[in-house]
Amino acid sequence: MQAHWRHLMKGGDWLMLVMLGGAVIVSFLLMWRGGAADKVVVRAGGKVFAEVRLAESKVLDVPGPLGLTRIEIQPGRARVAADPGPRQYCVRQGWLTAANSIAICAPNEVSLSLVGRNRPYDSLAY
Amino acid sequence: MAAIDPMTALRIKPDADDERIARFAAAAIALSIAEAAFPLPLPGVKPGLANIITLIVLSRHGFRDALWVGLLRVFAGSLLLGQFLAPGFFLSLCGALASLMVMGLAARFLPKNFGLVSVSLLGSFAHIAGQLVVARLWLVPHDGVFYLVPVFASAALVFGLANGLAAAAWLRAHPLNTCATTPPRA
Repeated sequence: MQAHWRHLMKGGDWLMLVMLGGAVIVSFLLMWRGGAADKVVVRAGGKVFAEVRLAESKVLDVPGPLGLTRIEIQPGRARVAADPGPRQYCVRQGWLTAANSIAICAPNEVSLSLVGRNRPYDSLAY
Repeated sequence: MAAIDPMTALRIKPDADDERIARFAAAAIALSIAEAAFPLPLPGVKPGLANIITLIVLSRHGFRDALWVGLLRVFAGSLLLGQFLAPGFFLSLCGALASLMVMGLAARFLPKNFGLVSVSLLGSFAHIAGQLVVARLWLVPHDGVFYLVPVFASAALVFGLANGLAAAAWLRAHPLNTCATTPPRA
């Protein structure tokens, strides 16, 4: 029986193995691609200020009660580059890359969120 | 229902079929309890070694016996592990039923150049499919469960292959004429 396990596989079994292996790979691609973001949504004062595809480089200056929040978008990532708020939490979050992650500059009422094709939860819901 | 004559009740004796099914079911139960002792990363991902027994019974004694062994394994195994009627029991039961149905159909209708490994692979995928349907409808009524499909499918591929090979190897090592006197080993 040792080293002869290949004889236990018939031709159809190899075919079955390859087909189901392909199905597993497809399931990974289909189910786990939601992690890639493809759009940036910037809100100011609760209203959508801008929606930008996450494929271009862009800098947005978003006005709020305290002043301008500067948002920087590059292909595949986005961040709050500068904010007039006192604690700078949203700036310190750095680059956001995953879908449904969000940086909120609460004092200036600006938020930056990354959106994938489907939106199950944002990063605050974990 | 008419009252049962005690003499009739006393005369019920297990026949050869019953004894064979009980022997295989005992082996399957032992395997599922043995594998329950292994720590596993995710609930639901486990080797399903008891399916080796189901595959052997299916290919040697047919679907009816395999159904008996498979269901006895689920019920007795869950009783022994304290899982009976717990959510895990229903996952296990529905997975086993789906898997038994698909394996029965596969063993019967797959062309001749497909062997026991194919039956095992289809059975293990049917098992996770059955479990996921129950999980989605009842336990986790949210599409989030499908996030785990790739993990379960990978496990089904690996363990379906391993169990199919093990069953095929056992059948090769135990030709039919010696099987009647040899208790099943795994």
